[in-house]
Amino acid sequence: MEQVASVWDGAEVGPEAVQLLTPQGRRVEHPSFAVDVSVQDLRGLYRDLVLARRLDTEATALQRQGELGLWPPALGQEAAQIGSGRALTAADHAFPTYREHGVALVRGVGPLELLRMFRGVDHGGWDPVATGFHLYTIVIGAQTLHATGYAMGLQRDGRVGDDGSAVLAYLGDGATSEGAVSEAFVWAAAMNAPVVFFCQNNGWAISEPTAKQTRIPLYQRARGFGFPGIRVDGNDVLAVLAVTRAALARAREGGGPVLVEAVTYRMGAHTTSDDPTRYRDPDEVAAWKARDPIARVAALLGREDPGLAEVVAEVEREAGELAERVRHGVRAMPDPGPLDMYDSVYAEPNVALARERDEHAAYLASFEEVS
Amino acid sequence: MARAIGMGLRRALEDDPKTLVMGEDVGQLGGVFRVTDGLLKDFGEARVIDTPLGEAGIIGTAVGLALRGYRPVCEIQFDGFVYPAFDQIVSSLAKLHARSRGSLTVPVVIRIPFGGGIGAVEHHSESPEAYFTHTPGLRVVSPATPNDAYWMIQQAISCADPVVFLEPKRRYWEKSELDIESEPLPMGAARLVLPGSQVTIAAYGPTVRTALDAAATAREEGLSLEVIDLRSLSPLDVDAVEASVRRTGRLVVVHEAVVAHGVGAELAAQITERCFHSLEAPVLRVGGAAVPYPPARVEEHYLPDVDRLLHAVDRALAY
Ligand SMILES: Cc1ncc(C[n+]2csc(CCOP(=O)(O)OP(=O)(O)O)c2C)c(N)n1
Repeated sequence: MEQVASVWDGAEVGPEAVQLLTPQGRRVEHPSFAVDVSVQDLRGLYRDLVLARRLDTEATALQRQGELGLWPPALGQEAAQIGSGRALTAADHAFPTYREHGVALVRGVGPLELLRMFRGVDHGGWDPVATGFHLYTIVIGAQTLHATGYAMGLQRDGRVGDDGSAVLAYLGDGATSEGAVSEAFVWAAAMNAPVVFFCQNNGWAISEPTAKQTRIPLYQRARGFGFPGIRVDGNDVLAVLAVTRAALARAREGGGPVLVEAVTYRMGAHTTSDDPTRYRDPDEVAAWKARDPIARVAALLGREDPGLAEVVAEVEREAGELAERVRHGVRAMPDPGPLDMYDSVYAEPNVALARERDEHAAYLASFEEVS
Repeated sequence: MARAIGMGLRRALEDDPKTLVMGEDVGQLGGVFRVTDGLLKDFGEARVIDTPLGEAGIIGTAVGLALRGYRPVCEIQFDGFVYPAFDQIVSSLAKLHARSRGSLTVPVVIRIPFGGGIGAVEHHSESPEAYFTHTPGLRVVSPATPNDAYWMIQQAISCADPVVFLEPKRRYWEKSELDIESEPLPMGAARLVLPGSQVTIAAYGPTVRTALDAAATAREEGLSLEVIDLRSLSPLDVDAVEASVRRTGRLVVVHEAVVAHGVGAELAAQITERCFHSLEAPVLRVGGAAVPYPPARVEEHYLPDVDRLLHAVDRALAY
């Protein structure tokens, strides 16, 4: 930890991204960040990565078959998500965007719970309190303020310090242009809130490259707001884990906010409604394929794990099961009842709405009499 | 309709070098609905601007550009994403003309694909018109046909006032003839789309089609409905609706937006005031429930459809 503390004084780590595992799957040392992962841990990370990708592939296919209304693929971003998600403790809280499917899985959100909103049967679908994984936020950047406020709450509840907890706020590179995100940065700094902003810079905001949002590396923005920024190789699960863990530890202990910029790449489309061929060079995608986050861990395991074949087979089996469960589960999801939409609009009874609901019910009943 | 709006934008860009198109993804991608497709290629980056991702930024800078003599046409990607810009729209854009006692004009157009019916996720199906019609200083319009869309976008751009231009996204793929010779009605006028004698249906944007479908069904049952496309929500062409109601004696207003406190409420109040003695029934409203726009799998129960509209027509006739 002391080793890490010195990093924050420098405020920025860069311009090179922190890396602990090369694209060829070789471990490398970093002067400030390290993770102690056993072969067993590595297997766990590999499993997480593969399951996250399988969920993604399956959901993309289900959308194509008309079973989901929309799906934002996270293909290529698995290491950024699993590394950061695994850095959280049970007492921490995550505030995601709409693409943190890998984080959701490691926080214990069931794949079918997650898919409810993409099926169009719900606006959420999981329990944010039980999982410490808050609802997806589609409005770009809004969650960074919620995360900051939540972190201020933790502070007030005496949860900062020994045995403390922290908040991890996810955002994209595009999101950094929203006013709400600047406000979140200002607030977090002014309040010294225990919040880590985790920016997955996946190169694009729909059709707009990162250069459209910023003229400097994003992690350097933090300096201007008065807290440290770190750039990490977002396709290196070990580096992401190490950096996020350290940043969260610092926040928990009262060190205040950190911005982590995980440099990664969105290999798929922005969403299943998007056509990236209209704006993106296929060579760029090919170059990033060579940096695939899963292949990297597989290569490392190939070196360090004599039981690799079994691990791969076991994870493959598990992924197959997940896919099967998702396929059947999504198709079997019942549509909400027509009157369900009235149920949870208000926490307390609302006479006007109750009346509307009754009228709607009577209207629906009038059809039953006719037919 | 999407193409018609694109053609209208193209003409405006050709006609006036001060016209600008700006927004997220409007350049290379042509917008998520491809409305601005091809404009970047033909007019260049100085006039077709892929902006950073920030709605307050889009509208706020458009205000500044307008103060400098430009005519920015801003695209908000979806209805539910206009709110980060809300303050810029209602506090600055809408008020500058009045605050400057008329010496400043801010001719900004805000294009918003709005409404539901396309099976989208949260924030992609909303009808925020009432927030804007409640704000003096803004004009709020919504075309229902490709031809109207083509002309109305040009009228909006040449209008000296800020205009919120609501594009009925589920009608984007609708086709009809463009009459590029004769300019149609002025932007603020309602249009009698279908004459009828028993009940007036007032609709706008996406629900005009629904109203026409309802009228066709009603005709089979021997009922004669008159359909008015309001086109402009602020100002509202109450005169046109009044003239119709004096003939039919009954009015049903239909919109996707929440019924409570909506455009229909305004029209109902004004018509009741003006035509109390000609009305055979109270003005009825059909629209969204007072709930957040529901998940896609139940939106059919939220959106006003032909059945709900005819149910209201029956109720009006039963008085
Ligand atoms: C306030 C707001 N404006 C616009 C959108 C439409 N939109 C959805 S995703 C997106 C791009 C986001 O890019 P980025 O923040 O980099 O995240 P990524 O999706 O690449 O992970 C846009 C413009 C939105 N969801 N919210």
